[in-house]
Amino acid sequence: MISVPLSSRVAIQLENISVSYRTPKENYTTFKEYAIRFLQGRVKHNVFWALRDVSLTIHQGEIFGLIGRNGAGKSTLLKVVARVLRPTSGRVVVTGLVAPLLEIGAGFHFDLTGRENVYLNGALLGYSRQEINRNFDEMIAFAELQDFVDAPLRTYSSGMVARLGFAVATHFRPNVLIVDEILGVGDEVFQNKCVARIMRFAQQGTTIFLVSHSSALIQSTCTRAAWLSHGHLVGVGGAAEIVAQYHENPDARAALPE
Amino acid sequence: MERTHLPPQVYDSSKRGPLAISELRELFRYRDLIYQLVKRDVLTRYKRSVLGVAWTMLNPLGMMVVLTLAFSKIFRFDVPNYPAFILSGLLVWNFFSQTTSAAINAQVWGGGLFKRIYIPRAAFAISSMGTGLVNLVMALVPLLLIMLVTGTPIRWTIVFLPVPVAILVLFSLGVGLLLSTVAVFFPDVAEMYQILLSAWLYLTPIIYPSSVLPEQMRFWLELLNPMYRIVTLFRLPIYDGRLPTWGELWPSLLTTLMLLGLGWYFFTKKSDEFAYRA
Repeated sequence: MISVPLSSRVAIQLENISVSYRTPKENYTTFKEYAIRFLQGRVKHNVFWALRDVSLTIHQGEIFGLIGRNGAGKSTLLKVVARVLRPTSGRVVVTGLVAPLLEIGAGFHFDLTGRENVYLNGALLGYSRQEINRNFDEMIAFAELQDFVDAPLRTYSSGMVARLGFAVATHFRPNVLIVDEILGVGDEVFQNKCVARIMRFAQQGTTIFLVSHSSALIQSTCTRAAWLSHGHLVGVGGAAEIVAQYHENPDARAALPE
Repeated sequence: MERTHLPPQVYDSSKRGPLAISELRELFRYRDLIYQLVKRDVLTRYKRSVLGVAWTMLNPLGMMVVLTLAFSKIFRFDVPNYPAFILSGLLVWNFFSQTTSAAINAQVWGGGLFKRIYIPRAAFAISSMGTGLVNLVMALVPLLLIMLVTGTPIRWTIVFLPVPVAILVLFSLGVGLLLSTVAVFFPDVAEMYQILLSAWLYLTPIIYPSSVLPEQMRFWLELLNPMYRIVTLFRLPIYDGRLPTWGELWPSLLTTLMLLGLGWYFFTKKSDEFAYRA
């Protein structure tokens, strides 16, 4: 077998991705009215294209930034990669384990203890029980919550909850790590610890997919970047170059050929 | 830390078999999630109460006492051992109404989770059934207790009980999947269903024996209300102490499998849209 250099292996491949949301045009006040219109086939929908024909290739080990204004389609694109949304048309291929840091501590229940929540949250992320058994102590140690594992989550501070969520979500090195906005996890010391972990992942070959409004952050951390505007991909290239273009005209309509 | 024991996964949105099949595979992969969701629901339901999980047994028992008092004074049904009769019916009904409502609510209100992370879409509906099953099994304890106290013989036919229970679970899952799919698009269905349930209860021989019904009504209910047969089927091995005949069994089996198949197909077909709606 020919070994392909790490950097050239494709981690995320997006081919002509389009995503549309359908929302009812009129606000039907009663179910009856809706049902009648539905049967008559007269329910009108607004079709909103959150993403239009986006093609993008991201390689293994890249720290890739995504920039754009509110509603440009950044979150939709992340969800397509994280498998939460299926593209309306086009094809997405993601290789390996994806860890979405979109929602830290998804499904946490505040009446359950820290321990119970680790198992629940881990299961939501697709970890098996044995995996959690084996790694439980390390997760808790990273979150620095050894003294609170068996206390209900409602007694935790918000920082403690976030630490627990981060520790579980990033315990296993993923092949693709999706980071939405800057992590507001705990205090400064813990935040540094989080950043250090993410950077170590990147060195080990994890692709980091970072979304931010902050062009400074994109410019300082990312190797490459893409710029979305009104659902269209306006530019892809070196982070500094893309950020500069974005600053010139953040609302640019797609300059790329249709 | 690496998850080295896992085979490399490749997610390719263009390569996917029929949804009805791939969802099964995904559920198997996420089987620990089902377990954790059931555990969460069983633990948290009574977490802050002093008696805790004991309420699972006290709840139907309390309802039985109320209904027995009410109906043995007002209407006099000619039923031997009315408390055991009503409690056995209530267990079935509680399972059905609670699990189907839970499946709908999880889909409508639990929709937030679907928008944020990937999990198999049917996980909530399945875990609702698991939670209901735990409650049902625990509630069998007071039922057997009542039978002992009131002198209703417990026969060996009780070993057949898993069959009607399985039919009940699969039927409820079918109904839950169908309704939760509809409820994602029309949330009002969740409210309407609660009204429907209260009517449905009276159209099912839970608190009255089917013998009080006029012949013609019995015929139509048996034909149109699958719960009618399922309740009867559940009572046979435990309350009546006999096995069902094949003729008593197959209609329920057929209805259940058809409904489940339809529910599963409809649910998985629409499941991609759940993340956009809800």
